[in-house]
Amino acid sequence: MPESPPTLLYCRCAYAQVVPNGVKNEVLQGLCDSGASFESVSDLCEMAAHRDPRLTALAACGKLRIAACYPRAVKGLFQQAGAPLAEDVEILNMRTLTAPEVVGAMVQS
Amino acid sequence: MITHTHRPLRVVLYEGSGAIPLPSEARARVMAALLDKGYAVTRTGGGGAPAMMPHDERSLLVLGLFPEQKAPQIEDVTGLVKVEARDIAGLEVEEVVGLVEKSRGDTPMNEPGRWKPWFPVIDYTRCTNCMQCLSFCLFDVYGVSSDHKIQVQNNDNCKTNCPACSRVCPEVAIMFPKYQAGPINGDEVNPAEAGREKIKVDISSLLGGDIYSALKDRSAAAKSRFSKERSPDKALDERKKCLTKLVGDGFIPADVLASLPSPDEILRKAEQAKARAAAALAAQG
Repeated sequence: MPESPPTLLYCRCAYAQVVPNGVKNEVLQGLCDSGASFESVSDLCEMAAHRDPRLTALAACGKLRIAACYPRAVKGLFQQAGAPLAEDVEILNMRTLTAPEVVGAMVQS
Repeated sequence: MITHTHRPLRVVLYEGSGAIPLPSEARARVMAALLDKGYAVTRTGGGGAPAMMPHDERSLLVLGLFPEQKAPQIEDVTGLVKVEARDIAGLEVEEVVGLVEKSRGDTPMNEPGRWKPWFPVIDYTRCTNCMQCLSFCLFDVYGVSSDHKIQVQNNDNCKTNCPACSRVCPEVAIMFPKYQAGPINGDEVNPAEAGREKIKVDISSLLGGDIYSALKDRSAAAKSRFSKERSPDKALDERKKCLTKLVGDGFIPADVLASLPSPDEILRKAEQAKARAAAALAAQG
């Protein structure tokens, strides 16, 4: 039985411009062009600050790949919101990786 | 702790069965515009894995290009979610955003630009529960859980762009994801960086090892020598002399200095925080 594909999550970091605009726009374009279904949120920090229940839903949805920022920060945000991420969650850092690197890792089978 | 959250609408950009794919560039531009306004957007493509985020109990707005520009009538089988589908053929990005805003109506929503999500995030893989952050923060951001663990309890109290508590953390376990530089922004910590952070902590020892003790000593000295002269303004000056050094070193932003509580309040809070930290540490055994 084939493994179910991961849920893809893209964080726009819209509340503060710490992710380079070029990278996050290119990643969004790449995800759109890939044909994959994905979730996108305005800002994971904002959601964590408000203990957004959707973080719990995301953390519980099984295999998850996140395009956001530093993995240590993303894991901390989810944990602080009461929605700790599973160990095997993949986090792609748009602050340090190139857009093709992020998109490639996000949509790989 | 902030517990409110305004989620009036979830937007779905639908390109699945029965819909016509959007032009590539338009699709990304619509998504970017909606995300930049604060909306969460689910993109449902023709292939690949389905999006997995469960819908909440609110409204769902489905946007897409539908045959003959007729959006289907959709109804939630549970009857709990209001679902509306709209055809966006021929609409510019701004018009699509306008359509979504209209659908949202007057329901309030958090929006980028009005507030910066600035608060400490604890890396519990590094935190040793030493309570130094609890003792240090003047704004009651930190608290102790029922099982005696340090935790961030009052996000709203944190002063935007002030990462001072992360600098005093001896384990570099406090992150501010919106900060520019590592390791405060969540970048990995290497031993050299940890050492550098600890050197910064030593700045406060210039004041006698503990900024609160220094303030208290100065306040006591002023009280005994110049009890009649003692005034809130003098105390404020003294406090600023202590803290200006920290501001000058980039330790805390200048506007944080301006928003500090009164000297008496600082001392009271420091004593309270120390007592809470001591109690938590004692409870740990």
